[in-house]
Amino acid sequence: MTGTAIISALAVWGAGWFINTRLAQSAAAQTRFVQLLVPAIFGLTILIMWELLVRLLEISPVILPPPTSIAARFAQETPLLWADFQQTIVKGAMSGYIIGALAAFGVAILADRSDFLTRGILPVGGFMAALPIVGTAPIFVKWLGSDWESKAAVVGVMVFFPILVNTVAGLRDTTSMQRDLMRTYGAGYWPTLFKLRLPAAMPFIFNGLKIATTLALIGAIVAEFFGSPTVGMGFRISTSVGQLALDLVWAEIVVAAIAGSAFYGLMAWIESRVTFWHPSQRK
Amino acid sequence: MPPAGIFGLGRSRGSCVKSLLPILTVIGAILLVWVVAVVPMNMHLTADQAQRDGLVVSPETPAERQVHSGLGLTLKNPALMRLTYNLERPRLPSPHQVGAEMWDTIFAKKITSRRSLVYHGWVTLSATLLGFAIGTTLGILLAVGIVYNKAMDMSVMPWAIASQTIPILALAPMIIVMLGAIGIQGLLPKSIISAYLSFFPVVVGMVKGLRSPDGMKLDLLRTYHASPAQGFWKLRLPASVPYLFASLKIGISASLVGAIVAELPTGARAGFGARMLVGDQYGQPMVTWAALFAAAITAAALVGLFSALERLTLRRMGMAAA
Repeated sequence: MTGTAIISALAVWGAGWFINTRLAQSAAAQTRFVQLLVPAIFGLTILIMWELLVRLLEISPVILPPPTSIAARFAQETPLLWADFQQTIVKGAMSGYIIGALAAFGVAILADRSDFLTRGILPVGGFMAALPIVGTAPIFVKWLGSDWESKAAVVGVMVFFPILVNTVAGLRDTTSMQRDLMRTYGAGYWPTLFKLRLPAAMPFIFNGLKIATTLALIGAIVAEFFGSPTVGMGFRISTSVGQLALDLVWAEIVVAAIAGSAFYGLMAWIESRVTFWHPSQRK
Repeated sequence: MPPAGIFGLGRSRGSCVKSLLPILTVIGAILLVWVVAVVPMNMHLTADQAQRDGLVVSPETPAERQVHSGLGLTLKNPALMRLTYNLERPRLPSPHQVGAEMWDTIFAKKITSRRSLVYHGWVTLSATLLGFAIGTTLGILLAVGIVYNKAMDMSVMPWAIASQTIPILALAPMIIVMLGAIGIQGLLPKSIISAYLSFFPVVVGMVKGLRSPDGMKLDLLRTYHASPAQGFWKLRLPASVPYLFASLKIGISASLVGAIVAELPTGARAGFGARMLVGDQYGQPMVTWAALFAAAITAAALVGLFSALERLTLRRMGMAAA
């Protein structure tokens, strides 16, 4: 039985790898379709191997449920997953993300007026961005209660520093030639800020915003491990792990993965519309 | 994308002495906000305590005081302001309380004691370092595979990039339970989460680094009749070092966060995460705060170590940071 399982899994792997090698070396390798097809085949190969190994080796669903039962659970529990999504992503992560980003922009623009402050904020902010801020979750849960407000606060603090550092760095990213040109036009501080320096800072700002999307989700989910109402993705993950309902945990992780990529994709899309002039966006 | 990264540290190098005063100013401002915030945050608790100790407090009942904000209550009872800094179980401990707790648990306790933060720190740090070593090694190997094998590049790279937008940390509780069910416990499950978190930044950074030599340089090697192996060891690998260090700095802090979070949902008895949880559950805010700051100092020390290594290595190689 074990032998059959391993041989069939290896056969699937070999077949997937063979197709992908042929595709990668074919003349069509540069087309968009093949570039999407190859990773899709790779992902599918992994999923089929997973399913085969779990079924044939009779691995207990308490250790690793097969993909099909995760998909079934996902379809069956859609209303529950949707409620968790709204609680954690929409209420917790999104509101915290917006608060943190607005606060970071505000501080960046204030600090930007003084070179002295900028030189202090860049290293301190960069340092803070590397700290395990998610550990403040128990403190915020104690202060603000277990509902989404405390999650939004954790997320806000987590996303604040990367966005701040990138915005401050971006606002410094104009050449003296460009600033001199604005001066010859007779532009004051605010017109220079809005017409030259903020647009020039946009690639940096979006870099920070994109880094922060993942942080926002992590903060909102992990903060729920410390206390939450009886709804939410982090709550569901920690209680389902306790009940050994691992297929539901995996379904939540699928939701988190979709939400994470969609959030990142949304910011990348806005970026491509806002910074269409930047060399990295030109087609 | 512009290489702003999440570390502003690299940009201000060289002007370190010039930046010292601004940095101290910013840190001072943060401390000041903290010290001021202690008063309104703790005012309600202080008023309750003061009343039990027989001091005159206005308004007189806790229910009436709940109506007021912390600030309003402070204005009514300015005499209590000093007391907010010395509560035993404050909502927001003052810096000196956290400092005293840290001094007590880091230096004054034997490092083998269960109350010593050095002991707990080592539990978390050993998992972090083991996981980081595993994740970095596998990440570099996969990056080499991706650069030299086109099928691997096209199959794996999109997933490696996409995985960075996914809150991988949400997997932590499940990985612990999964490994626990097949009999793996202790250091290894935490290390696996750490490894997982440091793995993808290293893959993405190393692929970028190994591909950074331009056509001119590759052509030059070809005119030297260099073998592919020589091309790897003498050009691609050295060229990737700045990118590697940028990834290592992200990876090590991600590894530490991973190890801490891995300690949370499992009822771990030792480690920074366990201390935070214990402080939270048993109403000992100082324990939580001390663990939090100790974790921050550890993270800072690790990132600082890699920054120093980066500076040293790149200077000897005559290169600039990525």
